Amino acid sequence: MDFTFTPEQEQLRDAIRRYLGQEYSFAARKAIIHGAGISEAAWRGFAEMGLLGVPVPEVHGGFGGNGVDRLVVMEEFGRGLVVEPFFATAILGAACLRLAGSAQQQAAVLPRVADGTQKLALALTETQSRHELFNVKASATQAGEGWVLNGMKAVVLHGAQADRLIVAARTGSTARDQNGLSLFMLERGAQGVSIFDYRTIDGMRAADIRFDDTRLGAGALLGRAGDAWSVIRATAEIGIAALCAEAVGCMLALNEATLEYLKARQQFGVPIGRFQVLQHKAVEMFMETEQARSLALLAAVKVDSDDAAERARTVHAAKARVGRAAKFVGQTAIQLHGGMGMTDELPVGHYFKRLAMIEATLGDTDHHLAAFATLADAA
Amino acid sequence: MDLNFSTADNAFRAEVRAWLEANLPADLQAKVQNHRRMSKADYVRWHKILAGRGWAAPNWPIEWGGAGWTATQRHIFDDECARAATPQIMPFGVAMVAPVLMRFGNEGQQRHFLPRILDCTDWWCQGYSEPGSGSDLASLKTRAERHGDHYTVNGQKTWTTLAQHADWMFCLVRTDPDAKKQEGISFLLIDMKSPGITVRPIITMDEDHEVNEVFFDDVRVPVENLVGEENRGWTCAKYLLGHERTSIAAVGRAKRELAFLKTVAAGEQAGGISLMRDTRFASKVADLEIEIMALEITVLRVVSTESHGKGPGPEASLLKVKGTEIQQRLTELMVEAIGPRALPFHVERFEDPQAGEPIDQLAAYYFNYRKTSIYGGSNEIQKNIMTQMILGL
Repeated sequence: MDFTFTPEQEQLRDAIRRYLGQEYSFAARKAIIHGAGISEAAWRGFAEMGLLGVPVPEVHGGFGGNGVDRLVVMEEFGRGLVVEPFFATAILGAACLRLAGSAQQQAAVLPRVADGTQKLALALTETQSRHELFNVKASATQAGEGWVLNGMKAVVLHGAQADRLIVAARTGSTARDQNGLSLFMLERGAQGVSIFDYRTIDGMRAADIRFDDTRLGAGALLGRAGDAWSVIRATAEIGIAALCAEAVGCMLALNEATLEYLKARQQFGVPIGRFQVLQHKAVEMFMETEQARSLALLAAVKVDSDDAAERARTVHAAKARVGRAAKFVGQTAIQLHGGMGMTDELPVGHYFKRLAMIEATLGDTDHHLAAFATLADAA
Repeated sequence: MDLNFSTADNAFRAEVRAWLEANLPADLQAKVQNHRRMSKADYVRWHKILAGRGWAAPNWPIEWGGAGWTATQRHIFDDECARAATPQIMPFGVAMVAPVLMRFGNEGQQRHFLPRILDCTDWWCQGYSEPGSGSDLASLKTRAERHGDHYTVNGQKTWTTLAQHADWMFCLVRTDPDAKKQEGISFLLIDMKSPGITVRPIITMDEDHEVNEVFFDDVRVPVENLVGEENRGWTCAKYLLGHERTSIAAVGRAKRELAFLKTVAAGEQAGGISLMRDTRFASKVADLEIEIMALEITVLRVVSTESHGKGPGPEASLLKVKGTEIQQRLTELMVEAIGPRALPFHVERFEDPQAGEPIDQLAAYYFNYRKTSIYGGSNEIQKNIMTQMILGL
């Protein structure tokens, strides 16, 4: 039983925090959000630090990091409010490719993820899907050796910034069946692909993507046709564990900012942190964060387990608990900051927005609570 | 980061589990599992069985009869006792007065009292709270005046848990009424058979007799029963408060009670299906189970820092608040689960492990457990402690 991070993980954390402190200030981030949406300079910086290789296997030029390594990066990215496509590329994209891709497919792309020359996006859900990742209508039909892809994907994180898209499409069965799903990897600029790029409310980018008779070669298929559900689910689990870590980073930063504000802000002739009603709110923020952090840690460790039931149970628990904590910590941080919490000028509101969107990504609290209850009942 | 127990720790767990299976009397186990009321004889019997194995006070130093376990082993032991549904070891002797005697007591006091605590010859109670001194403990008024070789004690203590069984009380008394609040307090050991002591029961809303008022009317206490220096009793009291353990979270017990709740709920019908398949109820149970999972990891995080040589510190307050919230929620959901069958009050069966049904006492248990967020420093006081010690506000 050991909850300490390795010296390498501590160094990684320090290096990220130092880099973001110097190169990714709140003002710099604002310029990125209102400009190109992502920063090529930051991406190069991440590549040089080796961050993009953390989730990539060693054979493909990465570090073969585990769930705890990913947690360290995502906690710091949460703290630093990073809007770059790390989650889309290095977490979801790399995981999906690692789990589904042939050796050849992996070798063609993963080294380029690690060195920062390729970005990925994972296009799973559609407007009707809500939190069900198997609710897919987009279809791929066999045509000769290859496939023809048709349909629409909604809110694809960093879809327009990616060099390659990994798309879930139906090669069999009907919309809500877990069977009959397949994954395809294609160039963003492929013929018949229309991309509608937009900002998200938390400062990132996403896209709606339409496929009109997009012709794909046989080599575009990842894994076996009709068999993608287990990969999609495992990829989502890795994604959820990473989002939980990012949310914990946001909450830790919010708690620090709130404490600082409570000490500095004076009303009635004293710092408002002297008022017990606010002190107890701050303590509750601390307790919520610690409880959430415990399950984020557990999820980071268990997400690498071979035991699918244990993985599912932990990930559902973590996303539900982190979601609840994130809502409380975010809302209370705004309340304790008073009017200042409402402004675009302070980071508080930006953390709150990111936490709220994490809640809406890959299943919200109720979704995971219901899934956990079903598992617990079956057990 | 390695969230698995070591091979040695797993072997230790297996040893404890096997021993408990062989040595925990079935009638005591049934009483604990079904929330029956425990008699003094029940507690003493279990204490003596543990003492026979050398496990009655595992946290003590080895020279006084402790087990010399690591923080992780202590956690595993608590977890296994909770899983097996053993009676509690009363904390007043082993966990409260004993550490104070080891730190501040003289050799005579240590030699006399510690062995008697270890084998449960003496039953201890805690004389802290007074009618006017709850959260503001240092405002206490019970007076002890020195007259030659003894003190004369006058005043009143309250909420004294199981004082009706007690042979001895460790008691905070005011020895200097003119000093500032904390500075005139002393830590006295009082023989409960002394003339002038009256114990009056306080019956709680579940009609149980756990707590008492204790009145002192010119009670003579020999000066050799002073622990540490006169007027320095607050130091002892604070030392004791700083001795909280991670077991305050009671996660092991919560896991057992969660299983009990699920069994009870699975046997109930709602809308023609098992209550555990009712979405609203199942969701509440899932929520609570997740909270318990989180608290278990939080406890282990704290235990692992103890293993590296630190005590739990102010994090104990977090464990107390979250632990008691969970315990209270468990009892609340048990009552919800059984619906109108919560109403019958067969108080005459409450001490009998054979009579009645497992659900008999659930409503009383729910009412009784409102105490947990009040005792041992109310949860609001715990938040004040965290405000100061953790947040630095």
